[in-house]
Amino acid sequence: MTALLELRGLTKAYPGVVANDGVSFTVEKGGVHALLGENGAGKSTLVKTIYGLVRPDAGTMRLDGQPYAPAEPRAARAAGVAMVFQHFSLFDALSVAENVALGMENPPGLRDLSRRIREVSDAYGLPLDPLRRVGDLSAGERQRVEIVRCLLQDPRLLIMDEPTSVLTPQEVEILFATLRQLSQEGASILYISHKLEEIRTLCDAATVLRGGKVVGDADPRQATASELAEQMVGAKLTAPRARAHEPGAAMLTMKALSMPPASQFGTPLHDLSFELRAGEVLGIGGVAGNGQDELLAALSGERPSAAGTLWLEGRDISRLRPTPRRAAGLLTAPEERLGHAAAPDMSLTENAAMTGAARRGMLRHGFLDWGRARAFATDIIGAFDVRTPGPHVAARALSGGNLQKFVIGREVLQDPRVLVVNQPTWGVDAAAANAIRQALLDLAADGAGVIVISQDLDELLEVSDRFAALNAGRLGAPVPAATLTMERIGLMLGGAHDLKGSRGEDVAHV
Amino acid sequence: MDLSSISPTLLIASLMVAATPILLAAIGEMVVEKSGVLNLGVEGMMIMGAVTGFIAAIETGSPWAGFLAAAAGGAVVALLFGFLTQVLLSNQVATGLALTLFGLGVSSLIGQGYVGIKANGLRRIDLGWLTDLPFVGRVIFGHDPMVYLSLLLVALVWGFLKYTRAGLILRAVGESHDAAHALGYHVRRVRLMAIAFGGACAGLGGAYLSLVRVPQWTDGMTAGAGWIALAIVVFASWRAGRVLVGAYLFGGITVLQLNLQTAGAKVSVELLSAAPYLVTILVLVLISFRAGRGGDAPADLARPFHASG
Repeated sequence: MTALLELRGLTKAYPGVVANDGVSFTVEKGGVHALLGENGAGKSTLVKTIYGLVRPDAGTMRLDGQPYAPAEPRAARAAGVAMVFQHFSLFDALSVAENVALGMENPPGLRDLSRRIREVSDAYGLPLDPLRRVGDLSAGERQRVEIVRCLLQDPRLLIMDEPTSVLTPQEVEILFATLRQLSQEGASILYISHKLEEIRTLCDAATVLRGGKVVGDADPRQATASELAEQMVGAKLTAPRARAHEPGAAMLTMKALSMPPASQFGTPLHDLSFELRAGEVLGIGGVAGNGQDELLAALSGERPSAAGTLWLEGRDISRLRPTPRRAAGLLTAPEERLGHAAAPDMSLTENAAMTGAARRGMLRHGFLDWGRARAFATDIIGAFDVRTPGPHVAARALSGGNLQKFVIGREVLQDPRVLVVNQPTWGVDAAAANAIRQALLDLAADGAGVIVISQDLDELLEVSDRFAALNAGRLGAPVPAATLTMERIGLMLGGAHDLKGSRGEDVAHV
Repeated sequence: MDLSSISPTLLIASLMVAATPILLAAIGEMVVEKSGVLNLGVEGMMIMGAVTGFIAAIETGSPWAGFLAAAAGGAVVALLFGFLTQVLLSNQVATGLALTLFGLGVSSLIGQGYVGIKANGLRRIDLGWLTDLPFVGRVIFGHDPMVYLSLLLVALVWGFLKYTRAGLILRAVGESHDAAHALGYHVRRVRLMAIAFGGACAGLGGAYLSLVRVPQWTDGMTAGAGWIALAIVVFASWRAGRVLVGAYLFGGITVLQLNLQTAGAKVSVELLSAAPYLVTILVLVLISFRAGRGGDAPADLARPFHASG
């Protein structure tokens, strides 16, 4: 094989941080090359450089032997480089065909384009209706739009930035089949992920980044997942472990809760029921947009439900607002860190007081005791190893993983009766994720009930005692997690409809 | 009350004239908002167009030069807003409000020497026998060119947004500036162009007031037309056809209530004067309710864009 893309000494510095420091590696023609690294290792900056969104301070690139220095994405696309973004670069209000047209240099008329979308999507087993509004599609279908957009331009190099984080296992299979087909046709793929098992099944070469530098190359077909992980983190990892304990009495009971969607693109909840016992971790899995946010809002009290649908230790809390629910011991940590779990421009002390005031005795005759608030914030920082200069720092200034440790720690240290977390380790690096999972397990071992809503199935299998699937706003019956396999979970999540084709029967997103 | 004094022919003909300034301003603002920018300075841009158009028409003697100057004047003021909000990233709402106050003040200053003069208006077109047809002739074939130009503009904007690639890019920028940027589109450039177009349209609308409808210059003569144009854009759910309906509805009720007042209707004058505002908003609210839960607004409307990385 010969080289398609060669990077030599790429360096890019931002104020205060060197995102890429002399990065060099080579992507072979027809190869599937993995780029591995923790959050903040510099992967995104590197691919943005290749795609022409970031201009490097130093270093050169060669594409197919020719010097390659794209000034903007348009130039990259013209050179045959296409990219599927981590956060979808799609327009909800526009149709599939319009979205595809926006990613092309010289798109044909919409009618021709629709025909070609159908052809290409059928050829690669990615059925798509060009006329549908992208806002109505499931996560898997939305990704197909991005991939088809790339395929229509006959790319020589396809960059995939964390493509599987929102997919069901079945959708991942379809994606991998497409990528293998592409690589057999001679296209190269640069694949970014921190899911090591995926990389081991898909990729034939890997470059590991840490702190902006290349720390090594690996053969993902030879190396084990834990070897790769240790190379990424630069230290040994210990998996979280639950202390043995027996589940106790029922803590939180949901009885036939239904709720209309909050917004146009929301999902209604239908007839949800479950019982959470003391000392138990209930994992709720599902692909994004199947009602996770709505379920969290119903539990936290942001949207009260009909009377008699939610009971905490024998008390009906369905009509209570968040603050009384917190006082009763039901705490929640939503998915969106900045803007929902924490106020971005307020200090950690202020953010700690925001949910901790009542339960940690910071209120005196309606006035806040800032000393206690600061002490509480300092406690969280210490107990959860939050890397920050101190509690006076604005929440916005923390990295995603550190802020996540802070918002989870803030709820855990309030001694909850029941804790509900949504996507507790989303975008968090492996070491921090392990710490957060361990904290949740310890909390359960100490007798609290924990609900983990997540799209990361490995995480759910690791922490849950029981697992339930949330699908199109309906919750399946919880089953013991120990009896589950990935395939079974995939079927529970409704990924099966992808095997039959997505039209007509849209299970994942109604 | 003597309803027979109201002639339907004249009513319809004059409602089109009454609606044209608002229609021009609203269609321009719709394009601006489609690109994701909320410019609340429509009133200020209209009045600047009214005064620059009037002065240019007086000085050159040609109403067409007046309209050209008005479009340029409106666009220049709009680009001031564009520079502040797109380059210096100032708050769009506050800047737009300031632009209205600024326009009202500056127009009053530069218009001082022109109060009370009468301008050469645009002549109505005359298509011979077509214009002489009963009813149809006066209603369809008997207007000044700007009325037709405004209708043409609505059709062009509709076609531009629906069928052209540039229109698609403009909508994409308004939907998600981050995604558009990631795909390599120039968000700021697209928005500045949209802002300039919106300003030019508002300027034309203002000049139509000072050169055709009134036709002379008085301080603050737009009298809230810019705000109505803004409201029409929202209630028309950002669709060109509905903007047309809204503007003509507003014009129609305005003319009708004037006719009713002269016909001696036994309704208080204040209520009649308020009727156009009430009815227009009511009808457009009903339309947008039927169309769905108000999800038509460009998703990134009024959000500042700052390219990172």
